Amino acid sequence: MKRAIIIDDEPLARTIAHEYLLQHSDIELVAQCGDGFEGVKAIQQHKPDIIFLDIQMPKISGFEMLELIEDKPAIIFTTAFDEYAIKAFEANAIDYLLKPYSQDRFNSALDKWRAGANKPEERVEKLLNTTQLYVEETNRIVIKNGSDIRIVPTQDIHYIEAYDDYVKIFTKETYYLKKKTMNYYESVLNANDFFRTHRSFIVNLKELTRIEPMEKNSYVAVLRSGKKVPVSRTSYSQLKEKLGI
Amino acid sequence: MILLTTWAVFTAVQGYAITKTGVSCDVAGLDSAISNLILGIIGVLTVLIFKFYQPGKANRLYRGAYVIAVVIIYHHAITFVLNTVFAQNKEYLVFIEQSMPVRDVMALLVISFITITHWLVGYIQDKEESEKNKTEIETIMREAELVKLRQQLQPHFLFNSLNSINALVITQPQEARKMVQQLSEFLRGTLRKDEQKLIPLKDELAHLNLYLEIEKVRFGHRLNIETKNCENCLESGIPPLLLQPVVENAIKFGLYDTTGDVLITIETKLNDHLLTVKITNPFDKETQRSKSGNNFGLESIQRRLYLLFARKDLLKTRTENSNFITTISIPQLK
Repeated sequence: MKRAIIIDDEPLARTIAHEYLLQHSDIELVAQCGDGFEGVKAIQQHKPDIIFLDIQMPKISGFEMLELIEDKPAIIFTTAFDEYAIKAFEANAIDYLLKPYSQDRFNSALDKWRAGANKPEERVEKLLNTTQLYVEETNRIVIKNGSDIRIVPTQDIHYIEAYDDYVKIFTKETYYLKKKTMNYYESVLNANDFFRTHRSFIVNLKELTRIEPMEKNSYVAVLRSGKKVPVSRTSYSQLKEKLGI
Repeated sequence: MILLTTWAVFTAVQGYAITKTGVSCDVAGLDSAISNLILGIIGVLTVLIFKFYQPGKANRLYRGAYVIAVVIIYHHAITFVLNTVFAQNKEYLVFIEQSMPVRDVMALLVISFITITHWLVGYIQDKEESEKNKTEIETIMREAELVKLRQQLQPHFLFNSLNSINALVITQPQEARKMVQQLSEFLRGTLRKDEQKLIPLKDELAHLNLYLEIEKVRFGHRLNIETKNCENCLESGIPPLLLQPVVENAIKFGLYDTTGDVLITIETKLNDHLLTVKITNPFDKETQRSKSGNNFGLESIQRRLYLLFARKDLLKTRTENSNFITTISIPQLK
């Protein structure tokens, strides 16, 4: 028996998905959630094989919720109208249901999944790293710390450091791990506030106090906190230009 | 090169014409060369003058005056020069005297031709320019119209409502039917044409109510709406389709900014010939998705109010604890 979870903030949207699901005796609905927070909890608890996920939801979007989940189940996105998300789905060959969808369309999405076409890992990771999901620049980052979900305003970020497949996001007190790329953050963060000083570092310019020479042809940026962050040679001249020095 | 050729042709034609009257070739040639040189200079000057000074449409008379003035100058210039050059040739001076009207008419034709050609070219260019402007304005208007239409229709709202109806059809067919009615009536209401005319507040509230009923079905118990209307407000005038986008905005931010139940309040008041509508929604200033926050979507309302009443102070927003408050004021004519 496969296990499914429906995550949607509109009760009737959950009802219809549930109703359609009743025709599939090999799938059991283990939970229904009205927002991303409940979604994260339910996924951790039930370890579903597949989730039906709405995009526009209270507090955190469907995409932001996915960022918080380590072992992602298969996902079938459901949305009424979301130009940018749909473009991103198409670009990453991800199946999605456009509301209102029919039983037939629903069935064919499940058939594709059973045939193994909707394997999540890679394509969903890629999707979450596409910046086109966000039309406006990001001004917050959603973070999970144990069972606690926090929404961190980008202005609280001191700097970001690459860490294998992850990035470490440093704030005043602590750091958070996110499975995202440096390129992703470089393009979604406000370019007036953040600057990529190095292949592996992005710095909040408001935290920057001075730039010091290191060795020959190399520099470090000194943050308010005293932390020193490397500045590459090419970035150094761009940074000087940006700061007007 | 063109100038030189033109000058040569004119000279040849005129020279030939003069020899026909029995004048020797060299005298005729010299006369034509000189007169056409002067005419040529005046022609070139005319072109240059019009190049830098473009008389407007209203100044067509100036062009006529200019042509006549130039011909008079030409007349005097050519009389003086030819009389000086051919001072020894008394016989030829008489010929010059006699041929003067023909020369004047020639000059008049040439200068008029230049002026008219120049005017025509300018006219055509103007026309093309205004044509281009017109299409540009039309494009902008069409785009604005489309944006408006899209804003009113709100695809997200429409498709989600249809999805809710789809869910109700089997389990609660009566509810589904009711929602189809409400949705149709709401959509018909958004297609009302005249946005300039004020309508009674009660009509606008009725339209808003259709929208709220649909939203309540979509979001279930999470969405609670409280309305407080003063009795004497109901006949006050308000621009049509003004409140719904504001309430929609409030619902969107209320529902998407918090996870619990949401209370939206709508309150109307009439004071000193000013109708005020106050809309309150909860929000979370810590975690707002975008900087523009609740203000997003209110801009077009602001713009509409400005176009209707030429005032920028009719839409106000403020935050109070964790509530976002939008106030709209509509001046009432006495």
